[in-house]
Amino acid sequence: MGKIELQGVEKSFGKVDVIKDVNLSIEDGSFVVFVGPSGCGKSTLLRLIAGLEDVTAGKILIDGTDVVDTPPAKRGLSMVFQSYALYPHMSVRKNIGFGLRMAGRPKAEIDQKVESAAKILNLTQYLDRRPGQLSGGQRQRVAIGRAIVREPKAFLFDEPLSNLDAALRVQMRLEIAKLQDTLGTTAIYVTHDQVEAMTMADSIVVLNAGRIEQVGSPLELYNRPANLFVAGFIGSPKMNLLGGQSAAPFRAATIGVRPEHLRVERNGSGTWRGRVSVAEHVGSDTFLYVQVDGAGEITVRAPGEVGLKPGDIVGLTPEDGRIHRFGDDGRALAA
Amino acid sequence: MARRVSPTYKIGITAVAWVVAFLIFFPILWMIITSFKTELDAFSTPPKFLFFDWTVENYAIVQERSDYVRYAMNSVILAGGATLLGLIIAIPAAWAMAFFPTRRTKDLLLWMLSTKMMPAVGVLVPIYLVFRSLGLLDTHIGLIIVLGMANLPIVIWMLFTYFKEIPKDILEAARMDGATSWKEVVFVLAPMAVPGIASTILLNVILAWNEAFWTLNLTTLNAAPLTAFIASYSSPEGLFWAKLSAASTLAIAPILVLGWFSQRQLVRGLTFGAVK
Repeated sequence: MGKIELQGVEKSFGKVDVIKDVNLSIEDGSFVVFVGPSGCGKSTLLRLIAGLEDVTAGKILIDGTDVVDTPPAKRGLSMVFQSYALYPHMSVRKNIGFGLRMAGRPKAEIDQKVESAAKILNLTQYLDRRPGQLSGGQRQRVAIGRAIVREPKAFLFDEPLSNLDAALRVQMRLEIAKLQDTLGTTAIYVTHDQVEAMTMADSIVVLNAGRIEQVGSPLELYNRPANLFVAGFIGSPKMNLLGGQSAAPFRAATIGVRPEHLRVERNGSGTWRGRVSVAEHVGSDTFLYVQVDGAGEITVRAPGEVGLKPGDIVGLTPEDGRIHRFGDDGRALAA
Repeated sequence: MARRVSPTYKIGITAVAWVVAFLIFFPILWMIITSFKTELDAFSTPPKFLFFDWTVENYAIVQERSDYVRYAMNSVILAGGATLLGLIIAIPAAWAMAFFPTRRTKDLLLWMLSTKMMPAVGVLVPIYLVFRSLGLLDTHIGLIIVLGMANLPIVIWMLFTYFKEIPKDILEAARMDGATSWKEVVFVLAPMAVPGIASTILLNVILAWNEAFWTLNLTTLNAAPLTAFIASYSSPEGLFWAKLSAASTLAIAPILVLGWFSQRQLVRGLTFGAVK
């Protein structure tokens, strides 16, 4: 079991408030991703749950028990660090088995559990090597092995893939998601990469400046961002946000349209008319940066290959029902 | 980019290094040579370097007159005990300061070091009186406490700098893995800091081995180490340079051998494979 609840959690370092009144409920077995720009407090929040930092105020409940005064060792959670944080003086076998050894489990049980974890993670042939003799991906697997072997209530991942190269990152992302699904253990995953967040999460928590901006499934955040921050943060390329006279006809202070929800008319007719300044051809899509008078630069994602070049005049029309409206306070307005 | 070094420069710098090394080593060399001279040769002007009647009689006399082994055993007990005591206190202290620093940690470290600036003779009388009342004079335990505490600031300071180099993540990982603070220090921190702890031990042993002020003032016979053994040859009846040199050579021999064998450990840096 691993239901985690945060109630009014606050954290200050001296006079700096890093986490401000966070309330959150994480269901048992779910994969929750904390995402946000650097410095938003997502890692701090994870460390508070882990017990590596003490809360300034509030409660952290694990399966209904307040753990704020419980040391990390006793919370029954395991953590995978960005730097892997393996014990350099121990073999892979000892690294993975360290938690069980600390718990005073019998040697036979440790051996058996380490072997089975190594099998799941394809580490069997490396069990007697030291971390220094492994590649980045293998080290990351050892760190994951160390986390799963203890059968924790929840896994905490602190940007575990950011030290890996792009190809390996995609592969490990898939492996972690599959593994969590098989084990059915609650996971909290911190990342600044919104693609990781979108692809892995059951539920995404968007954090900004120590506060939760929105909680929801990846598609909820994509389709119904609660405010300007989430609208701009989720989605790649970023949502186009237009204010002033462009937004006025829609009775909003700001409107947002995702690049993939704009139709391009070659004859220049449409809601907005502008000149293509840059055209990026990536094969599957074409990204157009269109300079529109009075509205600024609008990004368009057109599927496939589009024969447009810089200087061409185009018309842009948003798809029906794909316009997001925001009020003066930055919050989304009802459709 | 590698620096280009001309052969002449290389030869020159090597020669300079040898000269400097020889100058530093010379007093010890001279002491060893003198220990093989007769008392007459030891005094002769101009001094004789190699061409004299080599003799080992000083060693025989020194061994006959005083029990080298007993003094040496005391030195081992005192240096070893003081080092052990120092480490038991210093490892947790340095761990706490390196990984849980507060705003005052730096001041605290400086304050600890500042106690080394106080002249020992300034507290000789009070310590002597305290030792007398507690019955600690000329005991191993008393000397171990004094030597251990005298070197403690340096030991903490050294360990602190080594521990600082160890990534915090690894200790946090141990904490998440269920290690108590004590196990974290014993199973993770200490093994990772082995090179640092080894050089700290060696330095502390050397300092305690050569410590002469407290050992001479607080011991007479039972706990007297090699420093007292050497001092006994510089007596009011006259200075016996050759015998004094022989005694000194015997006194430094164990520590010299220890230093020689741990050289590799001393210069080996901290290498980690766990953190990118």
